[in-house]
Amino acid sequence: MDDFYRDYILDHYRSPRNFGTLEQPDVAAEDVNPLCGDQIRVELKLDDGKISDVRFSGKGCAISQASTSMLLETVKGMKLTDVAQLPKDAVLENVGIGISPTRMKCAMLGLRVLKSAAIGKLADWPDEE
Amino acid sequence: MTQTLRAPFDSAHGDKSMERIIADFPILARPTSRGKRLVYLDSAATSQKPRAVIQALVDYYEQYNANIHRGVYEIAQRATDEYEHARVKLARFIGAQTSEVVWVRNTTEAINLVAYSWGDHNITAGDAILLTELEHHSDLVPWQLLAQRTGAQLRFIPVDARGIHILDDLDRLLDGCKFVAVSHVSNTLGTIAPLETIIPRAHAAGAVVLVDGAQGAPHLPLDVKALDADFYAFSGHKMLGPTGIGCLYGKRALLEAMPPFLSGGDMIRKVEYTRTTFNDPPRRFEAGTSNIADSIAFGVAADYLTALGMPWVREHERALTGYALERLAALEPRGLAIYGPRDPQRSSGVISFNFADIHPHDLASILDTEGICIRAGHHCTMPLMEKSGWSATARASFYIYNTEADVDALYEGLEKAARVFHI
Repeated sequence: MDDFYRDYILDHYRSPRNFGTLEQPDVAAEDVNPLCGDQIRVELKLDDGKISDVRFSGKGCAISQASTSMLLETVKGMKLTDVAQLPKDAVLENVGIGISPTRMKCAMLGLRVLKSAAIGKLADWPDEE
Repeated sequence: MTQTLRAPFDSAHGDKSMERIIADFPILARPTSRGKRLVYLDSAATSQKPRAVIQALVDYYEQYNANIHRGVYEIAQRATDEYEHARVKLARFIGAQTSEVVWVRNTTEAINLVAYSWGDHNITAGDAILLTELEHHSDLVPWQLLAQRTGAQLRFIPVDARGIHILDDLDRLLDGCKFVAVSHVSNTLGTIAPLETIIPRAHAAGAVVLVDGAQGAPHLPLDVKALDADFYAFSGHKMLGPTGIGCLYGKRALLEAMPPFLSGGDMIRKVEYTRTTFNDPPRRFEAGTSNIADSIAFGVAADYLTALGMPWVREHERALTGYALERLAALEPRGLAIYGPRDPQRSSGVISFNFADIHPHDLASILDTEGICIRAGHHCTMPLMEKSGWSATARASFYIYNTEADVDALYEGLEKAARVFHI
């Protein structure tokens, strides 16, 4: 597990990208991790069904915050219908090895909230699909 | 890192060597999957179990598994005798009469029993119920629901920034108050409640007092009669016993006046098709087949603690907490924040903390790689966390099998976390 906390993860934890809120988001969603109370809110700006801008806010552990920060760096220009289909690997490819089963929900929280924003209702946990 | 097992007490305690105590707990001899020594610092969540307790469960199922209070055959008689004898042991352990000890699943069930049985029949609109700001959800939510059912009002004894009870307004808070529920020891901060002040003044105001003893009975010498608590609730699994068994102590006169909580078999005297006469306490509150094996094993856990002596348990934990506070203080200049009482006289084997900008869950994950088990989160005290401005804390808690070597391991683990997070 200590392998997980590599420098680029800590960098995203301490300096999250796309952190904050949008003035007039087109869609948004938020959720908490029942295990530890981590909170994530994701706001999206849309252009012709594609994501033109994105922000997230919230608080929590390095895993949830860094996973969300790295995931959202990859979604600009993506169609909402494609966002709804994103698999758990969309996160795991970013954060790589080292997530223990007990911390998987922390890693999946940002993706779950992003997909919830895309489909307009609370999405299933990506690791339970 | 030193691995010496130095007991924080002098040789006057004779054979209570830490080596012998640790050898009684099979799990402590099992290395983790990474080959690390298990450093168990989460006894406030649940304690480890000595071999004698585990063996008592096996003995029941292998030698005399039978239902109680009914069968006339030999093993049924033995099961009944052992089960009722365990009740005698627990009654002695807390200084109660045997008939005042009700078997329940755990502290939560004990508190719910009182909230529904005593509460629904004694609390009415306009009454006040007094709690403290330290309460675990299990000693808060049942009273919120009782207040909603009855129209009663909830009040709270405040605590200061170190989690110490502020009693300046106690008499005003007790005015018009019919019921007081207070945890003996805070599971989040370790604060020991000043029950010797709260209980007599609550009684003087005409209130009935329940003590949530989930973190009290396992750690402090206890005499419910000397304390003069009206109800005292505690769980077996936090005091060397199995999960799924606990006790509610209630003064006999109170229990006798209370209607049943759950109903069914074993709690009756006579049943007709349309009406029932109920059994006397404690069995009035024990509907259905009881948790026989776990009750018996809980009795063995009480034997184990009695043999050690609860004054020794308290002194061991006080000394270890003092050592831990002293050791961890060295990390304060690097961003370690220690919450709760700083005087080990006022706390019971619990240290809550945060380390720089490391989230407690990340801290717990890094310590886990070293075999160190701590808790991270809100510890089922969300209102206290909110009031204190903490989103979560890390918590280390001690019990009879912990040593200074465990505290040293925690210190080294925190050093490792600091390296991982470049602090």
